Amino acid sequence: MEIKSAGKYIYSDIELDRQEGQVIEGLKADSQEPIPDPDQWLDEELEQNILLTTVDALINWGRRSSLWPAICFPACCAFELIAANGPRFDLARFGMEIMRASPRQADLMITAGTLTWKMAPNVRRIYHQMAEPKWVIAMGACAISGGIFASASYAVVPGYNRIIPVDVYVPGCPPRPEALIYGIQMLQKKIARRKNIDVRKLLER
Amino acid sequence: MTVSLSGKEVARKIEEKFPGSVVESSHDSLVVRSDSLPDVARFLKDTEGLDFDFLNFITAVDYYDHFEVVYLLNSLEHNHSLTIKTRCYDRENPIMPSVVGLWQGADFQEREIYDLFGIKFEGHPNMKRIFLWEGFAGHPLRKDFK
Amino acid sequence: MALRTEPFVLNMGPVHPSTHGVFRMRATLDGEVVIDIEPVFGYLHRGIEKLAEQRTYTGIIPLTDRLDYISSMNNNFAYCLAVEKLAGIKVPERAEYIRVIMAELQRIAALLIAVGAFLNDCGAYFTPFLYMFRERERIVDLFEMASGQRLTYNYMRVGGVSQDLPEEFMPALRKFMAMMPRFLDEYDQLLMQNEILIARTKGVGILSKEQAINSSASGPVLRASSVKWDIRKADPYSVYDRFEFDVPTQANGDCYDRYRQRVEEMRQSLRIIRQAMEQIPPGPVKADVPHLIRPPIGEAYARIECPKGELGFYLVSDNSIAPYRCHIRPPSLINLTALRDMVRGWKVADLIIIFGSIDITVGEIDR
Repeated sequence: MEIKSAGKYIYSDIELDRQEGQVIEGLKADSQEPIPDPDQWLDEELEQNILLTTVDALINWGRRSSLWPAICFPACCAFELIAANGPRFDLARFGMEIMRASPRQADLMITAGTLTWKMAPNVRRIYHQMAEPKWVIAMGACAISGGIFASASYAVVPGYNRIIPVDVYVPGCPPRPEALIYGIQMLQKKIARRKNIDVRKLLER
Repeated sequence: MTVSLSGKEVARKIEEKFPGSVVESSHDSLVVRSDSLPDVARFLKDTEGLDFDFLNFITAVDYYDHFEVVYLLNSLEHNHSLTIKTRCYDRENPIMPSVVGLWQGADFQEREIYDLFGIKFEGHPNMKRIFLWEGFAGHPLRKDFK
Repeated sequence: MALRTEPFVLNMGPVHPSTHGVFRMRATLDGEVVIDIEPVFGYLHRGIEKLAEQRTYTGIIPLTDRLDYISSMNNNFAYCLAVEKLAGIKVPERAEYIRVIMAELQRIAALLIAVGAFLNDCGAYFTPFLYMFRERERIVDLFEMASGQRLTYNYMRVGGVSQDLPEEFMPALRKFMAMMPRFLDEYDQLLMQNEILIARTKGVGILSKEQAINSSASGPVLRASSVKWDIRKADPYSVYDRFEFDVPTQANGDCYDRYRQRVEEMRQSLRIIRQAMEQIPPGPVKADVPHLIRPPIGEAYARIECPKGELGFYLVSDNSIAPYRCHIRPPSLINLTALRDMVRGWKVADLIIIFGSIDITVGEIDR
């Protein structure tokens, strides 16, 4: 039987590839320093402790008990995330049953896998597409600092905090599902102390 | 058990058909000249008794003064295998002939060699980078890449 | 009056629930029918081949775990075989049997995920996937007993395995073997004659025998196109020539056959494990190999049958403690060359299913 040869691709736009390459090079040049972790509001909380209202407590309870993760699983840690969703370590009991494919409907991004420079603009775009308030858990050694691949830095980003601000770091390679659940509970405690309504500003008006 | 054909015997058969194409041959493998590679490959694929219809892998090794491209061919019918190598001495602009017309499995592997070593394969329908982005400076798996 | 149409390019981006990881496809569509497809990958290119040139032979074993991360034991196995071939090291008997048991258990775990993800793409959302995870958790418990890790084991060493099996391993394995065939029958009963599955997958994405061989496909994709080629029988490595098992093949080469092929291979793996459990001898589990291995100058290629296809390592050594060149023959990348021909003429929904039936892992494609 005659085998047809591969033939030219009907659409294989090298110009588009070049534009994407320029975006990646630009991002690489901009991301030489890590973005600081978002925890400044934790200090404010200490001085305005009395003014953390019951309305705040209610809103925080609602937000932390139904975090919906966005799908972002490049590599091996993804399987520990799926196992955490599985029947044994059930994430649904924490309200995280639905893995949202669309980032517009999610408020938590669990980054499970190595980040490469080619993928970095896409991750940043997904982060920006999520609506406020949003949180990020960096899962695994590769997400924290590049992990076992950090020395091949021609392709690997040394940690997600070069590209997006990270709230909780969960170490491990890959971290056990129990470790991930501990990290999620730590994030829930962080959300519980968040101040949503600034009573002083309301009273000033 | 897959029999690995002796390089010397196959070299003798190839020399009868295409004289001057075999550079050296040993027990494990044989080295052919890069411009006679398409003819030798077609001969190996179509001859009765050799019938190498399965291309196992293509890879390249950087030996400081030359690149060596290694092909491993298998025959599923006769259950034997053969290793063929070609050398390329040009480091600035290395060009080799492509075998995509014979074995379609060479498609992505030749693109990978171009991406990581810089060796272009002429005759390939879509010669562009595959793992790294367009605009990346250099070819990572070369020994002098920093 | 003729309607003017033009082809439309659809980008199924790297972040998509059905692309099995970060994999991007640019599909050229004519209406809803696919006329061409260009895969774009490299979103997980970590430079493992370059890293391998800077690490010692034993230090590369954790890197090989992360290649095809759902079948780590097989990756370790292939790499250790390649180094042993290069350096001429002989492995003790008990270690060979332990390696075979681990490799076959890992094959079952990886095929469970492959089948589960395929059914996920077909539309049975997560239900069969989580059922298969129930079995996979049992296998992962066994691995955790032996090596201490759940996903990337780093268990095998050059010359054997790193430590012997603990005492509770064999009774737990026997219990698992008693339960597992019943689960496979349960899945068959639920899924094999399901009308939706048959309507969506029978006759879809046919890969003919000549096309499969020409595209260098291997593993279940090749065997489902009626080519009887299994490296464990054709080119036996380790102690596989002492076991009795069949190599199933399927007639048509469509998606349903590939799904069926994977289920049949799970049954054959159970047969091999049963025989290995009976034949395993006592003894040492690691050959006397120095910490820093210096193989003589030369090159070697060793291959195994991993759940995705033929995984091989090509090593070139220059008598130093790190390899000169380490090339990995990735089955997922090479099986993907057949995708273009399988997909032409089908609709976008079928594209997802055909792609899911090839079963790729992006960590192996991009290395």
